[in-house]
Amino acid sequence: MTTTAIPARNLSYSSFVNYQFDKAYDEMFEAPGVPRPQYRALHQTLVSLPPEELRKSQQAADLSFLHEGITFTVYGNKEGTERIFPNDLVPRIILAREWAQIEQGLTQRITALNLFLKDIYNEGKILNDGTVPRELIYSCRHFRREMRGLIVPRDIYVNICGTDLVRLPDGSFAVLEDNLRVPSGVSYMLANRKVLKRVFPTMFQDYGVWPIDHYPQALLATLRSIAPANCPLRSDPTVTLLTPGVGNSAYFEHTFLAQQMGIELVEGRDLLVHNNVVYMRTTSGLRRVDVIYRRVDDDFVDPLCFRRDSILGVPGLFNAYRAGNVTLANAIGTGVADDKAVYAYVPQIIRYYLDQDPILPNVQTFLMTNEKHRKHVLDRLETMVVKAVGESGGYGMLIGPHSSALQREAFRARIQADPRNYIAQPTLALSCAPCLIDGEVESRHIDLRPYILFGEKVTLVPGGLTRVALPKGSLVVNSSQGGGSKDTWVLRETGNGELRGAKGAAFETFVSSKVSPAETPV
Amino acid sequence: MRPPRNLFVRSFQRGAGMLSRVADNLYWMSRYLERAEHTARLVDVELQLWLDQTPEAGAGRWRFLLEALRTPAPSDTVNPASLVNTLVFSRANHSSIVSCISIARENLRHVREQCSSEMWEQLNRLYLEVIDNQPGESWILKSHGFFRAVQEGAFLFQGITDSTMSHGEGWQYIQIGRYVERAESMASLTGTHFKQMAPDQTVTSSEYLAWVGLLRGCGAFEAYCKAYTAEIVPLRAAEFLLLNSDFPHSIRFSVDRVNAALHLLGDLTERQAKLPVRIAGRLRAQLSFSQIEEILAGGAYAYLENVRAECSAIHSALHQIYFDYPVESEMAS
Repeated sequence: MTTTAIPARNLSYSSFVNYQFDKAYDEMFEAPGVPRPQYRALHQTLVSLPPEELRKSQQAADLSFLHEGITFTVYGNKEGTERIFPNDLVPRIILAREWAQIEQGLTQRITALNLFLKDIYNEGKILNDGTVPRELIYSCRHFRREMRGLIVPRDIYVNICGTDLVRLPDGSFAVLEDNLRVPSGVSYMLANRKVLKRVFPTMFQDYGVWPIDHYPQALLATLRSIAPANCPLRSDPTVTLLTPGVGNSAYFEHTFLAQQMGIELVEGRDLLVHNNVVYMRTTSGLRRVDVIYRRVDDDFVDPLCFRRDSILGVPGLFNAYRAGNVTLANAIGTGVADDKAVYAYVPQIIRYYLDQDPILPNVQTFLMTNEKHRKHVLDRLETMVVKAVGESGGYGMLIGPHSSALQREAFRARIQADPRNYIAQPTLALSCAPCLIDGEVESRHIDLRPYILFGEKVTLVPGGLTRVALPKGSLVVNSSQGGGSKDTWVLRETGNGELRGAKGAAFETFVSSKVSPAETPV
Repeated sequence: MRPPRNLFVRSFQRGAGMLSRVADNLYWMSRYLERAEHTARLVDVELQLWLDQTPEAGAGRWRFLLEALRTPAPSDTVNPASLVNTLVFSRANHSSIVSCISIARENLRHVREQCSSEMWEQLNRLYLEVIDNQPGESWILKSHGFFRAVQEGAFLFQGITDSTMSHGEGWQYIQIGRYVERAESMASLTGTHFKQMAPDQTVTSSEYLAWVGLLRGCGAFEAYCKAYTAEIVPLRAAEFLLLNSDFPHSIRFSVDRVNAALHLLGDLTERQAKLPVRIAGRLRAQLSFSQIEEILAGGAYAYLENVRAECSAIHSALHQIYFDYPVESEMAS
């Protein structure tokens, strides 16, 4: 790396001194010291700001999260400790053409998965002709027999979906998993954007970043579009958000979304069912409820139908749902399609229903029920990631390269005892992005969770939640496991195919200060 | 009075009423914040007075304070440290300042989407500031700043509430919570005081301090001086605290506000039930048309105990009609 003609202010110190590279795809640099064109302006800004300044901005952002109460609750900790979800100030940039592919791929995926759910809860064609093994579906913990033959509005089971994407070393995106039950995190996506607009106000215009602030309206439109057919006021259904309550780890998000949509945030005890109609208890009497965006798991929505010990749900809710008097979003039983073993069949599912090739590929997945696969995995457990099929949030996982012999033996025994409950994937080198760690810029592994809404039409807000594995070298991005997040910028297409950020007037001064990209210090 | 509602505007808004649980939370949030403010002011004033007194007289004042706040004494020996611990920091005492603010915040946290973001942020900030304090000898010496911060935090919250939240139904529950709590705690404070020194007698110099303390504890000293000059006449002080129609901490003022808010609630929720309005109206009439001399003749303490009982009755009626009504009666109607 040559270091000639560096502007004077950078001589003393560079925030990037400790930036490390490995075999993973680096979001910012195409080669050590050479930022990708879309990152040049951002890189220049970071280099020009003294570390002290960066640290201060980060502290100010953390404090505003704390004051606004943008926190999540850590389980297993007494007094239900509230913690802020660490936010990183360096945005992640996605090009318009990359986003176009993601958008098409996810639209294709949610369309196919909905057709799949409709099929398995009705005729079961895909099971009859053996494309997906019957026993795989019926042995799934999240398969709900109660949903058999039940008609859901617009035939849409998954109205809100959050799909986790990873970028592979060659720079292409792949789907790591689908979250079709109650995906969370969208409020952090919006909060990150709000903070970044304060910290780097001018960069948004110069870069031409797509706005994402319309997510709550899009969500509300989606929820209204699935009101029951017999709803008394079809044009103005009563929509509510059902939360498990203040102790839930995502409670902040529930309040935030309800507030942004202007709908009631209800708990189970606010609702009651009479003659298969759901009402909420208001100060002027009982009011009928038409659509429930439920953030309560299937198991807990109705103690008469599912778990009897649930106090979070509403007795009789499922019957009201069955009678078509209320819509639940997402539908009950969608978890069968995000079972990690069913995930392995999604490419076939897409081909089966849509007769198309998947636009976004899956990650290679080994089913432990398959003897050949199982032997292959058990022989090289230290290189694999093993996951329990029905879990989420980073629980029940073995990361081979970071595990001890003892942990591997434990998993080996568990896999052999219950092969249906596990799948394995080769350990992926998730792409890396620059993150501010104590005033310096270091590289950390990230993924991307875009949110897909499906009502009258499929809607994606451009971007999503970029989750960061904050501990050095870690591959686990879940907030419950020490993950953080950062803002995600999807750039607008410009007419001449050039990047606005790289040529933006505001950065002209930096770029023209006689530093060619190759000489930029890292 | 509120102008008649524009029916055309109304038709575009959502139906009347809000979630009962939410109304309940707003009401309690407001009560607890008011209680924190009241306690902070009283303890602050007492700590100031304490500096001017002999230890024996001081101990008497502390017992008075506990009784006025309806708090059981922490132990037999009442000293400032244990007292401050009970009234400010104790989590076991639900009326301590730290407890009150935590509970107020917790109530607001349950209904965050109903209030403005600014309101939540302010109460959350106050909470974070308050729990940052640790009890100790050195804390008492600089406690004035803390009590100021609690009161100012509460004032700021009220200001933010008034200017950022719609003055609709939810706001009315906040009003009712604040003023029911205020009327009740004022009745308790003045009642305890009158039990010790009746207002119809002349003031000795040691009692003078107590009367000033009472006025200050109600934030009323300056307002009293404006109305009656700085000469402390117990009868006038009692009249001011109980029956003044303009001073925001007087009992009459508080009951007027409760009464007005309850009337509006009846309209807003389109409820036919008149129980809370009836009780509040009765209390308001009593306070509006009583003379202080009559009240003293009948026994000030008993009169104020009755005010407290009526406040509890308003509270119960509110619950019965708006928060926790039986579902069967709703289904029948």
